[in-house]
This record gives sequence, structure tokens and C-alpha cells, in this order.
Amino acid sequence: MDAPQPQPTAEITYGPPIAMLAELTHRCPLSCPYCSNPLELTQREAELPTEIWIDTFRQAAELGVLQLHLSGGEPASRRDLEDLITACRDHDLYSNLITSGIGLTEKRLAGLKERGLDHVQLSLQGVDAAMADMIGGYKGGYNRKMDVAKWTTALDLPLTLNAVVHEKNIDRLPETIDMAVSMGARRLEVATVQFHGWADKHRAALMPTREQAKRCGQRVAEARARLKGVLVIDYVPADHHADYPKPCMGGWGSTGLNIVPDGRVMPCHAAHTIPHLVFENVRDTPLADIWNHSSAFNAYRGFDWMPEPCKSCDRKTRDFGGCRCQAMAIAGDAAATDPVCIKSPLHAQLQAQAEADAHADGPLTYRKMPA
Amino acid sequence: MSIPETATPRLLSGVRTKHDKVRGNWVLLAPERAVKLDQIGVAILEETTGSRTFGDILDALSTKYNAPREQISGDVQKFLTSLIDRRMMEVN
Repeated sequence: MDAPQPQPTAEITYGPPIAMLAELTHRCPLSCPYCSNPLELTQREAELPTEIWIDTFRQAAELGVLQLHLSGGEPASRRDLEDLITACRDHDLYSNLITSGIGLTEKRLAGLKERGLDHVQLSLQGVDAAMADMIGGYKGGYNRKMDVAKWTTALDLPLTLNAVVHEKNIDRLPETIDMAVSMGARRLEVATVQFHGWADKHRAALMPTREQAKRCGQRVAEARARLKGVLVIDYVPADHHADYPKPCMGGWGSTGLNIVPDGRVMPCHAAHTIPHLVFENVRDTPLADIWNHSSAFNAYRGFDWMPEPCKSCDRKTRDFGGCRCQAMAIAGDAAATDPVCIKSPLHAQLQAQAEADAHADGPLTYRKMPA
Repeated sequence: MSIPETATPRLLSGVRTKHDKVRGNWVLLAPERAVKLDQIGVAILEETTGSRTFGDILDALSTKYNAPREQISGDVQKFLTSLIDRRMMEVN
């Protein structure tokens, strides 16, 4: 395979990466209609083998990565998960297992802890079996998750609950928060569905209304104050109802990198939706070279790439111009101002569309791995 | 809420310090967080053994750094409370 040649960068405007997301596999027992994985999934045969993952973890630690997120798909679908957790500990990386819970048993989880697993992040599709299993498309999934949560806290592993919210479950946030507390979770992530890829097909079914989004924000603020020292809540708001964009990735190529199952390295989870970017692969190129010299990483680093109104905007050091993938998807230009921003010429259109989708309904199509 | 001198603070499971060789400083690693520690933070956590009370920690720091106890008490209190608020530490 011909590896693309990384281009040298003129000016260093970023430090070493803090976090790396290792998407071990796209295989997943759930089939959530807002799946954030690419429309074209990587097949099992194309996944990186154990030894390349382990060598990549070593390189990541040398590069300055502190936190390693093991994700997917469902990372527990990989039979070598145990060896990968051992590798995290060998290289003193803080390991975070981002899981649906399916594929874990009490014994397997205890074994992972033994090997040095630091933290479990468990996804939650709803606060009862009917909602959760309807969204996840996996009967019995909810009950298994409740077991996994119990095993996790019984093993004294820190637990984060990751609740993806949308039109159909966002109003049950108070129950979600109560559930996180009663489970003994230390953190709760309340993440509004990001309307990219597969989720974009389901905007009518999943887009919350402006009112719902506003109430959700208020409830998060109230719960944060009430539960200080009990539960930490991280919140990803519904940005299509916002006036300013989210500080996507804390700035492109500034703090983290993503490795997709076949070994390509990307500045963010959805960067493959920007067609002109070329991604190097850890099979061919050292991770440090990719981080420092990849044209994809350098494309939107810092501020020099920005057009107006971003270039002269005093918010640019806070939100870094927002999300490049959203700019690509909606404006057709990855360097454009994120259409969420009130200064974007597309803002009014985006908000009107969000409002229309919020009041419409549509079918949910489950995400199935092609055979 | 302030920490009583008789209370015993300890880092929660899954929260640990690490020397970050690449950046040349200490960090506190916790779920989805990496907190850069300055020298004072490192000094406080060195004395926070999980068996010492807050009062013991103040005594130890005061002796080790030859600093008046009442002068350091506020800063130590503030540092530990910030970790408690972020669910990285608990007191018993």
C-alpha cells in the first residue's frame, strides 16, 4: 500500500495529544438509529491485529497521550480486549472502556480490572427496558446494562453513565440523573445526539424541540448545583438550537487523535466525511509523524485557515470556529463557519430546519452491520 | 462545606498521580480528566495517604515546608475541596 507522505508543518501551534480514542471495531450488538460510526463500516477482516494496536499504544504514550479510550462499536466484541488493557497498563496509559455492556460478564470485568482497567463508561439508551431496548434494538440489553453497572461499582471501578438524549427520551432526564446517583456512578454524560452520518437520516424522529433542549439545559444546571460532590455531569447541548457552535475537539488537532478500526488516524471521529482529507495509517506511518506532519491534522489547526467572519471573531479562541464536519455537511465547505453560529449565513436556515424536524416525526431505522 | 480536621481525605479508586515525562510535570488522572498538578498540589497529595486526617496533613506540610499552619490551611482546604467536588476524592 502506498502511504500518503505527511507534509512538514511550518509552525508548531499545538502540544502533544492528551487523549487517544481507539475504535477497536465497528462490530456492535446494538443497532442504535443514531449510531455515530461511518456509513461505511469496517469489516472484521480489516481490523488492526492485536500487535499493531499494542505498538500504537506504546507510541501514543511516548507521544504524550495520557488517556486512552477504548471504544467501537463494542470493544468487548474484541477477544483480545484483555491483552489491550494489559498494554495500557504496561505503558502507563489511563484506560477507559466505552461499552454498551453487552459482551461483558462479571468474571470478564473482574479480569479486566485485574489487568489494570481504570474506568468504565456505560452507555444508556433509556431509563427503562422498553425505551432502552427499543432504541438499542437489542432485547434484554437494558437488564444486562443494569448488571454491568452493579458489577462495576461492586469491583470499585469508577463508573460513568453515558446517556444519549434526543426527542424521545430527553424529557426523562430527571429519572436518568436519579438512576446515575442510585447506581453509584460518579459521572454522567448527557449527550444530545449529534446529527451526522446515520443519525442525520433520523432527524425527524430524533431532533429535540427548542423547548426540550432549553429545559434539558436548565435541568443539568440545577442537578450540577444540587449534586456537587456526588455526581459530575458533562453536557453536550443540542447545538442546532444554539447561537454559537461547540468547541469541537477543543480545536482541530490540538488535544486528541482517533484511530479507526482499520488503523487510519483522524483528528476527530467524523473527519472521514471531509472528502479532500487524506489519512495516514498506523500500519505504515509512525504515530508521532502523523500527529506532527499529517496534512489532515494540519488542515484546520490553529487559526490561519479561518475565513471571515471567524478570523476576526473574538470567540475563535473559545470555540475554534466550531465543527469542521458540520461545516462540510451543511455548507459544503469544511473551512466555512459552522452553520450553527449566528454569524453564519446558513444559521437561519439551519435553525428553521431543526425546528421543522423537531415537530415532525419519522421512522427509526436500525443500524445493522452488513453481512 | 469545609473539611473538618478530623476527617480523612483519600483519592477515590481510579484516580492516580503520574509523572508526565513528555511535559515534565505531574498530573492527576481520573475518569475523562487529566489535571496538571503544580508543586503545591504534588506536595499536598504526597501527604494525603488515605490514612492521615486533614489535621495530620496540615501538620506534615507545615513541618516539611516550614510554613505556618494557619497560613497554608486555606490553600490545602481549597485544593482538596476542588477534588471532592469533582468526584476524585472523598472524606471519611
